[in-house]
Amino acid sequence: MDVTLKLYATLTPFLPSGAEKNQISIDVSEGSSVMDIVDKYQLPKESCHLILVNGNYTPLASADQKILVEGDTLAIWPPVAGG
Amino acid sequence: MAWTRKVLRINLTSGEITTEPLNMEWAQKYLGQRGLATKYLVEETDPKVDPLSPDNKMIFATGPLTGTCASTGGRYSVITKGPLTGAIACSNSGGYFGPELKFSGYDMVILEGKSPKPVYLSIFDDKVKLRDASHLWGKSVWDTDDAIKAEVQDPLAHVAAIGVSGEKGVLYSCIVNNKHRAAGRSGVGAVMGSKNLKAIVARGSNGVTVEQPQEFFAATDAGKKVLKENAVTGEGLPAFGTQVLMNVINETGAMPTRNCRDVQFEGAHDISAEAMAEPRRSDGKANLSTNQGCFACTIACGRVSTIDPQHYTLQGEGKDQYKHASGGLEYEAAWALGSATGVNDLDALTYAQFLCNEHGLDPISLGATIAAAMDLYEEGVINQDITGGLDLRFGNAKALTEAVELTGTAEGFGVELGLGSARLCAKYGRPDLSMTVKKQEFPAYDPRGIQGMGLTYATSNRGACHLRSYTVSSEVLGIPEKTDPLVTEGKAALVKAFQDATAAVDSAGICVFTTFAWTMEDIAPQVNAACEGNWSVDALMEVGERIWNLERQYNMAAGILGDQDTLPQRLLKEAAKVGPAQGLVNGLDKMLPEYYELRGWSTDGTPTGETISRLGL
Repeated sequence: MDVTLKLYATLTPFLPSGAEKNQISIDVSEGSSVMDIVDKYQLPKESCHLILVNGNYTPLASADQKILVEGDTLAIWPPVAGG
Repeated sequence: MAWTRKVLRINLTSGEITTEPLNMEWAQKYLGQRGLATKYLVEETDPKVDPLSPDNKMIFATGPLTGTCASTGGRYSVITKGPLTGAIACSNSGGYFGPELKFSGYDMVILEGKSPKPVYLSIFDDKVKLRDASHLWGKSVWDTDDAIKAEVQDPLAHVAAIGVSGEKGVLYSCIVNNKHRAAGRSGVGAVMGSKNLKAIVARGSNGVTVEQPQEFFAATDAGKKVLKENAVTGEGLPAFGTQVLMNVINETGAMPTRNCRDVQFEGAHDISAEAMAEPRRSDGKANLSTNQGCFACTIACGRVSTIDPQHYTLQGEGKDQYKHASGGLEYEAAWALGSATGVNDLDALTYAQFLCNEHGLDPISLGATIAAAMDLYEEGVINQDITGGLDLRFGNAKALTEAVELTGTAEGFGVELGLGSARLCAKYGRPDLSMTVKKQEFPAYDPRGIQGMGLTYATSNRGACHLRSYTVSSEVLGIPEKTDPLVTEGKAALVKAFQDATAAVDSAGICVFTTFAWTMEDIAPQVNAACEGNWSVDALMEVGERIWNLERQYNMAAGILGDQDTLPQRLLKEAAKVGPAQGLVNGLDKMLPEYYELRGWSTDGTPTGETISRLGL
């Protein structure tokens, strides 16, 4: 199934080739969790601070229980702030 | 100690210059800068005064940590009655001007009256003079800065100046120091212009002494270590600046877009921190040139950028000043000039921010006002006969930059844009299209997607503002702990806590961005070692609460009552169309009564006698 992966700030270099505007459509197997994606792309867990699935927050601690479905958008940031 | 204990008072009407001791009893209750200067303003002016009349006063105030080695100890504030809102105005700036004022030997400068002719104030330690500024009147901030430095023959002097917008009374004109840092909000530049005061230049040779030097160095060193080791202040902010929020807030579904018609902007990535770092096709260089820090800052979040040399904004005559690296683009400017207007042209927005710095305009209020004008235009309420030919469709970058140029010099339709969106929309019979609270445009967070920010805007003492209680930190970014942005529960207490803490931080002379890493437990030892007295966490929080209530009392005496603690109907009636907040409006009605109760205010938002007594007001 297709999921949109978005990685930002210091996580940008972890995007696979072909990504544009910090996002890429990836093919993941049914039943994949957020943590599966984090592991697949070897994202440093200490940098996975703000994890949003379709804009909704998912704590890293429960990322292995958050199952993705077709069409989901997974966006991840390291600790960031501004104002 | 930490305070210079001296106030400089300038009567612009008579030209009289005097000094007086700082009221140390008040300093113990209001700390400095925002709090202490507000106390002076409250004691010395009628809250009902016309903000642009000679009877209004304005105060340039530093905090006890301003000019010290405490990280970010370079802040100053301008406190006055604001012409945009009619409420208390307190605009905070970084750069290098504030410390120089302090090094000259003054905690604050109180300006009263109105000069009979344009002048600028020169402060070189105890050599203080009002100097003729007739030749500077009509010049931009940047040209004024250069001219004054040449006149005083000291390149290390620091200048805070207004542009033509301030001279002509644009109601959100600001005061710009060091060419790129601004006391930005509520129209403090227009107050300065109304007094015929073009600029202040300062150069001091005194240091700042602290109460307990060894303890102070230990506390400030510990604070810097915390900032360095924190991922946000040590890595994220210096590398990406505030602009890193563009994609965050958009993904969260809280990006005010096209005058809050929408909550997500399809062009957000094009104007984000990530886009600023990408090499462009024309010359292979990125928009972002480098980052920049203010005095004593160990974060250095500021952006310095260059516009694509092939971009339309740089073509033609008279554009040389925009062809090199300059200050911006920051998130609030990128949002207001970009998402709010539907413009996704990064170079156009960079140019617009340069113009704001050059002419002294608050980009938040400017961008949001242009967005409101675009809404009026799209609704058919105004047309090109009224706009002077501007095709103010959402997304029209050239119309945006032309509108900014016109407002910077208060010409053509720029005169109407200079009124701010509340007055502009009221003039054309559509006050509902103004995204303001207390006539001040709100910043880059849609309160339908971040519920606490609705209460933040509604209750902010200086009109809608994010820097009075930045609950985004908790609701979106998880600092200090994550809360759900879509619920109203718990937000009243969150807002109150942020408001009180921020008031204390703003009064200390340091930057509120430190609080992405520091708690009050990190700040209190620094203040306590610098200042005489007991400055525990509890003491600072009480000072913050006292300041908040003092500002509230001032506003109420000015006629701004609890009925103005509200939001535009669009945010209360029209649900978000997409994103996590789809179907939601802001639940202000659920948060406000609880907030009043926590504050110790009556049900109509008036501080009770018990609260006033408890806080020693």
